[in-house]
Amino acid sequence: MRSSGYATDPDIRELVAFRTAGQDFCIDILSVREIRGWSRPALLPHAPSYVQGVINLRGAVVPILDLARRLGLDSIEDTDRNVIIVAAIQSRIVGLLVEAVTDILGVPAAGVQPTPDLASETARNMLRGVVVQDSRLIRLLDVGQLLPQTDDVAA
Amino acid sequence: MAGSSDLKEIFFVEADELLSALEEGLRAIQTGVQESDTVNAVFRAVHSIKGGAGAFNLKALVGFAHRFETVLDELRSGRLAPEPPLLNALLHASDHLADMVSACRQGLETNAEADERIIMALEAQAGGTGSSADEGFTFEPLPMDGNFGFSFGALPPAGRSVAVHFRPHASAFASGHDPSLLLRDLCGLGEATVEMDMAHLPAAGAFDPGQSYLSWKITLVTQCADRDIRQIFEFIETSCDLLLEDQGDVAGNAPDPVATAPKPAPSLAMPASAPAAGAAVTRPTAPDTRTTVSAPPSAAPTPSTATLTQQATGAATSASSGPRATIRVDIDRVDRLVDILGELVIHQAMLTEAIEQSPGFGSVEVDRSLDQLRQLSRQIQESVMAIRAQPVKPLFDRMHRIVREASMAAGKSCRLVTEGEATEVDKTIIERLADPLTHMIRNSVDHGIEKAERREAAGKPVEGVIRMSAAHRSGRIVLTIQDDGAGIDREKVRQVAIDKGLIAPNAELSPQEIDALLFLPGFSTASQVSSLSGRGVGMDVVRSEITGLGGRVGISSVRGQGTTLTISLPLTLAVLDGMVFEAAGQTLVLPVSTIIETLRPDAAMRHNIGHSDSVLDVRGRCLPLIDVGTALGFRTHLGPGEGEIVVVVERGDDGATALMVDGIRDQRQVVIKGLEANYGQIPGIAAATVLGDGSVALILDPSDLAASVAASVRSPLQLAAE
Repeated sequence: MRSSGYATDPDIRELVAFRTAGQDFCIDILSVREIRGWSRPALLPHAPSYVQGVINLRGAVVPILDLARRLGLDSIEDTDRNVIIVAAIQSRIVGLLVEAVTDILGVPAAGVQPTPDLASETARNMLRGVVVQDSRLIRLLDVGQLLPQTDDVAA
Repeated sequence: MAGSSDLKEIFFVEADELLSALEEGLRAIQTGVQESDTVNAVFRAVHSIKGGAGAFNLKALVGFAHRFETVLDELRSGRLAPEPPLLNALLHASDHLADMVSACRQGLETNAEADERIIMALEAQAGGTGSSADEGFTFEPLPMDGNFGFSFGALPPAGRSVAVHFRPHASAFASGHDPSLLLRDLCGLGEATVEMDMAHLPAAGAFDPGQSYLSWKITLVTQCADRDIRQIFEFIETSCDLLLEDQGDVAGNAPDPVATAPKPAPSLAMPASAPAAGAAVTRPTAPDTRTTVSAPPSAAPTPSTATLTQQATGAATSASSGPRATIRVDIDRVDRLVDILGELVIHQAMLTEAIEQSPGFGSVEVDRSLDQLRQLSRQIQESVMAIRAQPVKPLFDRMHRIVREASMAAGKSCRLVTEGEATEVDKTIIERLADPLTHMIRNSVDHGIEKAERREAAGKPVEGVIRMSAAHRSGRIVLTIQDDGAGIDREKVRQVAIDKGLIAPNAELSPQEIDALLFLPGFSTASQVSSLSGRGVGMDVVRSEITGLGGRVGISSVRGQGTTLTISLPLTLAVLDGMVFEAAGQTLVLPVSTIIETLRPDAAMRHNIGHSDSVLDVRGRCLPLIDVGTALGFRTHLGPGEGEIVVVVERGDDGATALMVDGIRDQRQVVIKGLEANYGQIPGIAAATVLGDGSVALILDPSDLAASVAASVRSPLQLAAE
């Protein structure tokens, strides 16, 4: 239960909030490397449906995940207004495709509530909690769960 | 200033080289080379390791190396003959020495019991020469504080005793004289006791390293005349004070008090401890002015001076065998260079593309410059790759040991013959080849070579031969491991595969397909699991490791004559020549080295087999026809105008496959970018690259692609899919 760990952390957490498939999400700013515009990825064969492909990030080949599909939501509209949040997850660099980055939140530790039980299995596994701000419900993602699991990839 | 850990690292790097020289030398002796140079080289290797180990206080290593050296010394002096049992024990000891060095490198304790057992075995073979070796043996590292002193005990018969008072002038160093060398030579004339007088050494602040402040008194028991002693000092005569003082013969006769100084030297300061006439030769001197390097007692039969000469001649021989200026460079620096080079190649492609689209394109100057740039970057690339390229020799050398140990454990007699050791390949590839090669070699010994009785019955020489060769072939390196054993028992392999549920009992397999079963995970035909191979995790691991390097493994076998394993690898893991093509709207790359031809077939050449498979008839040869877009899952069927171009590529097993593509764009160098770091491995895809427009293109692995298509189609082999 990592969420209980935050309760003891007195510091304000900075979170990058973004929108995709009509819902608000956020991830810890420390795992965000950069935010960049959309560029067409090269398709990857035999990839899970949420893996859009790979792009060139200054010489590194980075896979792009459609976050909405990863969370079991509807795929987002394919427009070049979408943005890619480049995140470092464990030792890997991945790009998260989202509709738009909305703002950066400073949230006190107590502001993160545990995920309500109602959520579906997929969504609950990937959430660390929720933040309520200005009547918006922002879902805090557990980035470690977003990665394609090795058996998904190397089938 | 180099820290001690740096020095230690250098010692280990050199020790590795010495160890391989040691093993190589021993092998040469084994094959009947009688040259004294070889024996000397072997001796020197162990001796140098001992010396280095002493400097870092690696006691176990020093002790082992010392006793090892003692036996080698016997061999060198001709008191021991290089009989096979002794050579085996020597090889065993050299293997163990290598283990000890690598243990020390990792900061581990060596297994003292094993050390003792192996060296005892060696000494037993040598006929107990080393029985006294460990008694009272001490090795003290020589402190490098300028406090020289030589006292070589042992040996020479009685002679007269001469006290040599030697004091270089303050300016002696300026003309390049080195007193330590003179003292060394002097010690060669007989038994010498050297005392050093530091009375004139100034305080540290006033110390000038270019000046000589020391003087020596050497008490020499020798049969040489004064003339011989003087000869040593011939070149320094004008810049030193030299005084010879006869002290009579060793029997203790009163000395003839005739001082024979070359010129009266009033300024000559005698050492404070200068003995009165008639003093005993081994008269004790103040211990603080003297460090004793005691020659190990076991080495007593050989005068230590011989060792010194040996080293001198050794240096001379190694110098004559082609001195090549080399530098040691941290591999990280080279890797950084390779990375930057990759970026350079990409940006050069980007620049070319941008210029070609600009209105000014077409001018001869621009074209020529671009061409120059392209050539230069290719040259840089080749040079950088040449830095990383290493001969496969060290890798092959390691395999000798594997064969030795494996055949000993299996109770078989095998010999490894290597060819093409000078073939160069990227360092990373060499490093990652060690494990798969080891396994393949062990397999050859364990499963390939038959037991002696069976070999005799088959009319073959008792000793099995494993041939390992390396060669460059069309931009790749090809390694083959060939044994002259029984070959693959295909019936047995088939039966085992059925028993393990790897294939259906009624499956019809060609001989090649049966051979390929050996590479399936969980396959092992050894009825008994041996300590070496036969755990059933062997060949599939070998294959996945080789595939991970962008290589392929092939196997072929003739019943009763042996088995040949072939590994084909790219020369480098950084850049390849690629053909850029399009399929299903995606830009992809094929390695040019795999392409046999490209063609635009007409409908008559295509034949359907079954409802989904088709073959292409290329000049009478039927090749499986695969649409790249479909095989990768990018499309389900061909639209109009798609798949009209066919690229024929070779597969690892000497077969060929026809790949359908939509269009060919370009041929260029591409920089290989791994997908594993951020994503994972994909069947049919070797890696990715970045094209001139900054977009990513995947690099196909044609043999893997063909294999994955075949695996998804053919049901009996379905389980064989990785």
